[in-house]
Parts: sequence; structure tokens; C-alpha cells
Amino acid sequence: MPDSNTSLLSMKGIYKAFPGVQALENVDFELQKGEIHAIVGENGAGKSTLVKIITGVERPDNGRIELDGVPIQAKSPQHAQELGISTVYQEINLCENLSVAENILLGREPRKFGRIDWRAMQAQAIQILRHLEIDIDATKDLGDYSIAIQQMIAIARALEISSAKVLILDEPTSSLDTHETEKLFQVMRKLKSEGLGIIFITHFIDQIYEVTDRITILRNGKLVGTYETAVLPRLELIAKMIGRVMGDFNDMVQIKLKSDKQRAGEPLLRARSLGHSGSIAPFDLDLYTGEVVGLAGLLGSGRTETAQLIFGIDKPDSGRLTMAGEEIKHFSPADSIAKGIAFCPEDRKADGIVDDLTIRENIVLAVQSNKGWAKRLNKNQQYELAEKFIKMLDISTPSADQKVKNLSGGNQQKVILARWLATNPQLLILDEPTRGIDIGAKAEIQKLVLELAEEGKACLFISSELEEVLRTSHRINVLRDQHFVAEFSDEVDEHTIMQTMAGGEK
Amino acid sequence: MTNKLKIDRKFMPLLATVGVFALLYLYGFLQYKGMRQPQAFFNLFINNAFLLITSIGMTFVILSEGIDLSVGAVIALTSVASAALLENYGMNPVLVIVLMLLMGTLFGGIMGAIIHFFKVQPFIVTLAGMFFARGMCFFISLDAIPIKDPLYRTMALTRIQIPGFERAFLSLSAVIAIVVLIVGMYVAHFTRYGRSIYAIGGNEQSALLMGLPVGRIKVSVYALNGFCSALAGIVFSISLLSGHGLYAVNVELDAIASVVIGGTLLTGGQGYVFGTLFGVLVTGLIQMLIQFNGELSSWWTRIAVGALTLIFIGVQSLFTSRRKKRQALGRASLIDVEAKTAVPMEDKLTTGSA
Repeated sequence: MPDSNTSLLSMKGIYKAFPGVQALENVDFELQKGEIHAIVGENGAGKSTLVKIITGVERPDNGRIELDGVPIQAKSPQHAQELGISTVYQEINLCENLSVAENILLGREPRKFGRIDWRAMQAQAIQILRHLEIDIDATKDLGDYSIAIQQMIAIARALEISSAKVLILDEPTSSLDTHETEKLFQVMRKLKSEGLGIIFITHFIDQIYEVTDRITILRNGKLVGTYETAVLPRLELIAKMIGRVMGDFNDMVQIKLKSDKQRAGEPLLRARSLGHSGSIAPFDLDLYTGEVVGLAGLLGSGRTETAQLIFGIDKPDSGRLTMAGEEIKHFSPADSIAKGIAFCPEDRKADGIVDDLTIRENIVLAVQSNKGWAKRLNKNQQYELAEKFIKMLDISTPSADQKVKNLSGGNQQKVILARWLATNPQLLILDEPTRGIDIGAKAEIQKLVLELAEEGKACLFISSELEEVLRTSHRINVLRDQHFVAEFSDEVDEHTIMQTMAGGEK
Repeated sequence: MTNKLKIDRKFMPLLATVGVFALLYLYGFLQYKGMRQPQAFFNLFINNAFLLITSIGMTFVILSEGIDLSVGAVIALTSVASAALLENYGMNPVLVIVLMLLMGTLFGGIMGAIIHFFKVQPFIVTLAGMFFARGMCFFISLDAIPIKDPLYRTMALTRIQIPGFERAFLSLSAVIAIVVLIVGMYVAHFTRYGRSIYAIGGNEQSALLMGLPVGRIKVSVYALNGFCSALAGIVFSISLLSGHGLYAVNVELDAIASVVIGGTLLTGGQGYVFGTLFGVLVTGLIQMLIQFNGELSSWWTRIAVGALTLIFIGVQSLFTSRRKKRQALGRASLIDVEAKTAVPMEDKLTTGSA
């Protein structure tokens, strides 16, 4: 545990208001040398505002910030970096087309007579990476490495470019799988032991308990408190975060039980030795109406590839697929949509949501493209549709004309769901529908999925959070190394699934 | 995957261009007697010096994920303006050259500033720049102005003997082009400025967050290209010894085609200045082959270059999508390996079910 007299960053009485919202109200925060400190809170709690103030993106209306006992006010992210506060964001802000070494050192590369000294740069980069215990070829393009490695290269750059005292990791693990996360934690612990103060922002409760020393909880712009991780029970943490007792998960169990019995007759979707070489080995899969089937597996095990195959993004090179008794011969997303399949892709920012359009426009998109552009929905019909789903999915927004980019992650996810529900699909494929959204919203989405199944839709549910797959699915298929390895009923425990995912002799 | 293979892949588009050039040249070599002279090869440089210079400027613009449609018009404007200053005002030729280079740089810089500060598409801004520069040509003179300046004439007639070849020579303009090429390669690969252009072309947002002076670099890339266009214009007027507003029509498109054939991606961030040399050489070679053939109309050059550009863009997009696929697979297998080796079973169970 860090001593109390090694305060590194201290914030006292921070206030920040945005038009219409008091984002932060009298918030105190203190980071010590050599500690990993989580900042948690639901959406709207103010944690991103707090982080933005530390990193110089926003300025507080009131309050005092000290770094190493010296009052500071970062004017911009660059300025914050110069002061010794470096940030690594969820989206990796590096250039995939440049080499690893350049990505680490660009802007302060070693030079000889004015020209870049590539050899020295390589050597320096490798040394920095070794320090983080990463052993890779620094001459290769960044794009050749996995997201996890890229993330660590981003950390390497953050540490290198200034003599960082404070490192902020903003949701660094949301696109990493367990092993990658573990590797990141090793790096974090190493940096901590060297006296760096790390602010860790994440939605994963497990990870908070695994790696942090203290937790600062915010709710509705106010400080709930700062606690030692070791002595704060999980349930209490969640209760403090959401400020209410969690009933949602219990509701879900009940919904699930009800819809459990409905599996009968012909399956809605039937795949027989469907496969695509290089992405997923031939598999059999039946999906019945009224049920949620989960796909569990590590990143790269073939989960997303399965979804893309069924939806027609990739064309299978073996096997057959039937939907509602009809064999699908021509694979394309357009045909799949016409047959009643909907697919919410993994990366909602890149593949799903159109940021600059309003909720209404986003919801109407798929319906409209189904109808063809000639038969345009008129404004009233559009509003009617949008209002219906805003109500049904409980999307919190002042109006249907709100731009989607102004919504929280959970609400954006709901808008995508609404878009597909509006086409009235029979089969919903959800790839990581709850990634990067907070616990309350997660529970809501999970509940929604079960309710949809209850209403007679079939659902394929993909998630890297095992707990979530277990809670939401009636059946679970486990994938490993691009193979379907086992199917379980929902009574299976996490332990067994994890063993199956990991494979090996056990 | 060995290291060697990897490098091969990265250089693939460039190697393809060099391969196409070698094959075409071999064909010409076997087919036409005239092409067996070493001078035929050097003529490629002499005839295309101005195109090479302007294409190198264009390479930087395209690397930064931009485009510049004004270069042909700027070349014409340079030729007309310099001819007018020399002949009608009797200005010192050295001063004229300096003025022209300044004008081109300023012209490009202004377009760059508009692109960056007003966040306008480079396509539109440089299109406007193209119209403006073309218009200015005819504002200065409706007719072609012959250049009689002695320095220009001397430069036009200068032949530089190539050591090792008996009767082979390069023109001054070709030498200038080669110097620009070498400087361009150095800037692209050995300076912070050059690498920053690649970074911006790869991901401008990231480049900004990496603390690079994105605005300054973007503006200066267009200024640099303006400089290259003006230099190309001077070389052009030296070789034709006149200036006219109808010169160098569509050269911007030739330059873009050469850059693309040279293996630079239009999406920015990837490519080599050296590749552009071969892009230009391939274009010039096709022209030469058609001239040697003697029967085909010279318009076949355009058709061939058009087809080649299309093929190269096709190959590039194939190459990038392959690369992406390979990347995805590479990631998957990397993770699988880690899954099997790195983390012991017990660790995993405690993290998951704690």
C-alpha cells in the first residue's frame, strides 16, 4: 500500500458545469506515487469530465490541482504531457502505416547531422519496449501487431515522449481478451513499482479488483468516496456506483426460465458443416425461435467470423445454411436482411452507428433501405417509429432529433438495436452488444435481448464476458481456435466453460 | 513468417512497377533498334524531366492524403509569366527563376492554408487554384511568347556527358529532376518532416495527438508541391523556349497517374518517392514505344497509361485487402499461441470466477 505522504496528483473541490448539467460538484481526487487508482462511475457520473480536466481537454470552473505539490492547470493534452501527465486512450492514437519504432519516437527521434538515425531509433525503441517486457520487431509496421501490442506501444510512447509521472489508461482493456489484458496488467504493475501513478478507467469490475490499489467512485457528478480496493466488497462497490439495489439481474433469470421451454419444432436457422477456410472450421448450429444462443470463446476464436458467415459478409466455402426451411444459396448482407436476419456488429463506432445523424434517422436507415428509396417514409411515420423504439428500449434522450454522437455508449447501442428491430427481423445476431457501456446499461441490454427472444425472435449472442453469456443465453456454444468445440445448456458453470475455451488436457 | 517475406510484401507495388518497366524495356530493346542505344534510356529522363519534378511534389501531397489538381496550370503559368518577364520586361533571368519559384511556393501555400484552416476538400481548393492559374496565363498573354533570353537558350542546349557511356548525355533539366528526386527521397525517409507526412497520411487524428504540427506540415506540403510545379514550369519553358497558357494541359493527371503507378496509395501514408520515378519512367516508356512503332496514334499513350493506372489501383486495393486479412489471421494465431502458453490455467480461473 502506498504511504499517505507520497501524494502525486491532488485535486480539491473541483467544479465543472456544462450548459444544463453540473458535471462535477466539489470533487476531490488524490493519486499517490506507485499506485494504480481506478475511477469508476456509471455513465454521467462525471468520470470522463474529471479525466478531461486532468488531461487538459477541459478546464474546471473552480478547484485546485497540484502535481508534486505544485499548482498546475493543463491547457491542452500536449501541455499536460509536458507537465508529466500522459494518457492512453481506448482508441489507439498511433499510425498503423509507420514502424513500431517510429510510433514510439516520432517527434523526438534520434538524429545525426539532421537526418534520422534509423539504427539508433530501432535500438532505442527496442530498449523502451524491453523495459515494458515486450519483445517484438520494432522495424515492422504497427499495423502488423495485435491491438494488445499496439496498446502497449501506445503506453511506451506515452512514457517515452515526456518523463511521465502520471499515466492515465482510459478503458485500455475493452478490446483486449483475457490474456492480452493480463499482459497489460503485468506492465502496469511494473510501472507502478517504479513509482508511477496510474489512473485506470474501466468497466470491468474483475479487473478493478485484480489490479488496482484504490477506487474513487463518482455518481451524478459528486464524489461518493475513495476506498482501498482490498477492503471494499464488490457488491458494495456496485451499490455505490449505481446508488440502488440491483434487481435487474434477478428479473432476467425469471424471463429466462419462462422462455426456456419454447424450443420445439423445426429450427429457424440450421447450419450444417458451414465453414470458411482460414476463419472458421465447418460447424453445425441450430437456432430455434424464442431462444438466445451464446457464443463463447477468446478473441480470434472465430466468434465474429461465425456471425459474419451467417449474415453473408463472408461467403462460406463449405456446408449449407437454411433459414426458416429455405436454403440460402446466395450469400450477401442484403439477402440476409431480406430473409429476416439482423446483425449488430462488434465495433459500433466503425460499422454501425452514423454519428452525425439523429436518432430518428439512424433508426429509419435499415427500414428505409429495405423498402427502397422510392417509397420514402414520411416524417410522421419516421417520428412514430423513432418514438416507439425510444420508448420501448428506454433510450434516454430529450428528443428523437438528438444526434447520436451526443448519446452515451449504452444508448447508442440501443439505437443500433432499434434500427434492426424496426425491420422486424426473425434472427438477431449481436456481436459484443455491451462492450464499453456501464453496468446498468449492460443489464438493460441483456434483459432486452431476453425479452426479444420471449417475443419469438431467435438471437445469437456473442460476448467476451463469460458471465454475460451465461446470464443471457439458453444454450452456449464454445469456440476455440476457429472450431466449435462444445455446446452447453445454461446450467453449466463458468469454470467448465473456461476450461473448454482454454482446451488442453484437463 | 520470415522477416524477408515481410519486406517483400511491403515493397510489392514498387517491385511490380519496376517489373513492368523492365519487361516493357526488354520488349522495346528486342523490337526496335533505336532503343538499343543507351541514349534511349537517358532520353526518358530528358523528355520527362518536368513530369518527374512535379510528380515528386505530388507524391508528398498524396502521401499526406491530399491531392493537387493545380500543378499543370501552375506549370503553364510559370512558363507564361517567366516568358513575359524575360521578353516584355527584360528582367534578369536568375531573378525571374527565383520569382517564379517564390510564386509557385506561395500559390501552393495559400491553397494549403485554405485546405487546412477552412477545412475544405483539397480537391475543390486545388480545382479552384487550377482555374485561377489557367486564367492568369491568358490574363498575361493570349498567345505563346517565345523566349530568346541567352541564359535560357544556353541551359536548353547544355548537354551533360555521362561518364562511362561514349555518346550518351543528359540535359540540364534531367539533371535537375534527378537532384529533386534524390532530395525528395532523403526528405521522405530521413527527416522528421518526411516521416510526419507519412504519419498524417496514415491517420491525421493520431498524428495530431502524437503532438506533430499537423497544420504546419499540411500547408507546407502544398507549398512544396507549388515549388515543384514552378520548378517543373521553368524546366518546361527551358525545353520549349516559350511560354503559353495552353501548355501542360492535364499534366496534373499524368502526375497523379505516375504517383499511383509508382505504388503510392491514394489513401495516403504509404508509398515511396523512388516508386514515382518508375511511375514516370513507365509512362515515358509507353510513349517512346508508341513513337518507335510509328503506326499507332500518339493517343494510344493515354489509353495505355489509363489502363495501367487502373490495373495498378486494382492491384493496390487487392494488396491492401490481403494485408488486412493476413493481419486478422496473424492476430488470431498470435493470440492462440499466447492462450496455450503464456497464462497458466490456475491464473485464468481465478481471474474469471473470483
